[in-house]
Formats: sequence, structure tokens, C-alpha cells
Amino acid sequence: MDNTAIKKINAKNITDKEYFYGHKACAGCGGSLAVRQALKVLGDRSYSVLPAGCMAAVGFIYPQMAFNSNAVISMFPGSASMASGITAGNKALGVEDTHTVVFAGDGGTADIGLQALSGAIDRDDKLIYICYDNEAYMNTGIQKSGLTPFGTKTTTTPAGKNLPGSITEKKNLFEIVAAHDIKYAATASIGYINDFINKVNKAKQVDGTSFIHVYASCPTGWGTPTETSVEIAKEAVDCGLWYLAEYENGEFKLNRNPKEFKSIPEYIKKQGRFKHLTDDQIKHIEAARDKKWARIRKNWG
Amino acid sequence: MNRPKVTEFKKAKHINDYPTGPGFQGGHLVDKNAGWRTFRPVIDKDACVNCLICYMICPDGTIYKSDDKVDIDYDFCKGCGVCANGCNVNAIKMVKEEL
Ligand SMILES: Cc1ncc(C[n+]2csc(CCOP(=O)(O)OP(=O)(O)O)c2C)c(N)n1
Ligand code: SF4
Ligand SMILES: [Mg+2]
Repeated sequence: MDNTAIKKINAKNITDKEYFYGHKACAGCGGSLAVRQALKVLGDRSYSVLPAGCMAAVGFIYPQMAFNSNAVISMFPGSASMASGITAGNKALGVEDTHTVVFAGDGGTADIGLQALSGAIDRDDKLIYICYDNEAYMNTGIQKSGLTPFGTKTTTTPAGKNLPGSITEKKNLFEIVAAHDIKYAATASIGYINDFINKVNKAKQVDGTSFIHVYASCPTGWGTPTETSVEIAKEAVDCGLWYLAEYENGEFKLNRNPKEFKSIPEYIKKQGRFKHLTDDQIKHIEAARDKKWARIRKNWG
Repeated sequence: MNRPKVTEFKKAKHINDYPTGPGFQGGHLVDKNAGWRTFRPVIDKDACVNCLICYMICPDGTIYKSDDKVDIDYDFCKGCGVCANGCNVNAIKMVKEEL
């Protein structure tokens, strides 16, 4: 893709039209901000597919239909397949200039929907798959997913004498997707909203499958004040527990390479889900971050 | 403001009034979210520099560009405070709602 030819989107030139309005997401929900902004970038002629998860639950409450463009709920494991079908259907009908987009949670992507996503990328179907990652199965009341990081308290990974919360590390979804040699993949955060919308804008010009993994805070599941949702999603990037990167033309690219990380203990202290962590456990998280970044910096330049 | 408006929901009187399949009209709003709010964001228009950060980060899209910089659709603002927290010049204050 010729990146220089793509016009940047910003607050001034993005459409005024709202496509995700009147939804019933919790106040301060990061996932709903990701959906809202992505749909603004994609415009009128978009088809959204949402598996079970918060964004489906808060968007379609008959007769309150918060999606202001075409949207449909898929079965949990099959969002990418349904999106493939929509793209194929539009093609067969000769309907042009449309975008098919999936908005799936971390559970719906890294665990349950992974096979369908893999198939879509393999066929290189023209669709945009956006995973909004709130690091647990939130809609059913906070259960651990493959993207829940180490040390997170969830209802299936309780924290106490015997366990530090989740004992597994966050699955490396971005690189799993990139390993398919997908045309375009990116990570993003609602804390860097301009970066996110411009990645969606790039994804929409890809003739094939594209994927965006956007970090999206959940005040309800994270135990954070509603007003800090965007700030905390930025802090995750700044302290190195999340990263902004792209994969295109077979190459990884780091969009943000902090000279110095912000403090992990500061980030952790603000969230109920990590409150129980001991100094040793926090050190474990810091060491895992440093190891990951050493590898990223070495391999992605 | 460029967004769906609230319409009155007419309860079905006859089976024919129900949608024929699982599909329904998009952007069909019958209910506001204002009742969720305990604090209301109030914009100080003199302090506001019209940077549009609040417009970009409102999870509900309730902040819109207006003739007077930005305004808020209080029918749908849930009072989360993300706008006030994100404003770099502190032009938005969260004020307790009176009952
Ligand atoms: C096949 C199937 N299994 C389980 C469920 C129950 N379920 C509905 S939403 C949900 C959680 C989804 O988590 P995630 O994908 O992370 O999205 P989030 O709710 O966090 O936005 C679960 C387990 C379901 N609807 N279908
Ligand atoms: S539980 Fe979390 S992800 Fe779900 S609507 Fe509430 S804030 Fe959003
Ligand atoms: Mg989730």
C-alpha cells in the first residue's frame, strides 16, 4: 500500500455523523469509543458484524437500535465467517463501495473466534476485523480470556492466598494474525485515538483482510473510575504493557518506541483488578515487559 | 448535530406491527440515557480552545461541533467525565446534578 497517498483523518475532517448512538454501554466504556470512531471512519455504506459480547449487547436492545448503519449479531465463533459471507453476498449482487467490519471482544477473537478469523485471512476476504480488547469476557461478568494479562483478578481467576489472579500471560494475538501474512494488521489503543482512526482508515483501503487490535478499557471490569478510561488506555501504552505497531508487506513496524517507560506500579495501582498484586508479582510483570520489548526492538527495528 | 433522533415507541397493537424477521430499522432510538448521570459536564466556553479532544474521546458521541465551539447532547450524556478528564485546558467541569 502506498501510505503517502492516504489522507490523514483528524477531529476537523472526520464526519459529524454518529453511527453508534444511544447505546447502553457503561459510562466511560472504552469499547464503545472504539466502535463509535471506527464507524465514523467507515461511513454510511458499512456492514458491522458483532458476536456475543458487550458491544452487541449494548447496541441492539429492541426497539433501541444504536447502530445507525447496517449491523448484525453473529454467533460467537463465527463473526469472521459471517463477514466473509456479507462481502461475498455484496459482490454477487454487484453492490460496490461497501465496508464489512467485525467488532469482536478479546474473548470473541483470541479464543472463540480465532478459527473463523484464521480462515478469513487465509482466503483474504475483503473485511476489516477489529478486536476491542478489554482483557476479559466482560459481558458475562468478567471471566478470564486468552488476552487477560498475568495477575488480573477475574471471576474465574480469583486472587487470594493461592493465586495471584490470572496465572497466564496475554496471548500474542497480533503476531498470530501477522503470521498468516495478512495484508494489513495493526495494534492501537483508545488512548491514542488519532492513531486508531488512521489505522482504520488504512484498513479500509486494503483489498483483502485487515485486522486491528485495539486496547479498550472497561471501567466496570477493571475497577477504574469512569473518567479515566482514555487516560488509562494511554498509560498502558506509555508503561509498555501495550504497544502501537503495524504489520504490512511482510514487515513489522513499531509506531511508538518510548525512550523511557512510565511506571508499571503506577498503572497497576489505579485498577481494582490488580490491587492485590505483591511487589514480587509486579516485578514479574516488569520483567515480562522488558523481555517482550527487547524482542520487539531487536526484530521490528 | 448529525445523529438519530428519539422517536416515540408505539407499542404493537397487532401482530402485523411487529418486525417480520429478526431485522429492525437502524438508528431507531426510543429512550434517552440522561437518567444515568450523577454529574453533568459543563463547558466553559471562554476557556475552551476548540481543540475538539472532548468530541473525539466521548464514548457516546454526545459532544458535537457547534457554532459556539462544542456543545453537549445532554439527552444522551451519561456523565462519565472522560471529556473533563481529557480536556487539556480544564474547560469542562463536572457539576453534580440536582434532583
Ligand atoms: C457460544 C457462546 N458461548 C458463550 C456465550 C456467552 N457469552 C456472551 S457474551 C460473552 C463474553 C464476551 O467476551 P468478549 O468477547 O471479551 O467481549 P466483551 O463482553 O468483553 O466485550 C459470553 C461468554 C455465548 N453467547 N455464546
Ligand atoms: S462491562 Fe465494560 S466493556 Fe461492557 S459495556 Fe461496560 S464498560 Fe463496556
Ligand atoms: Mg472482552
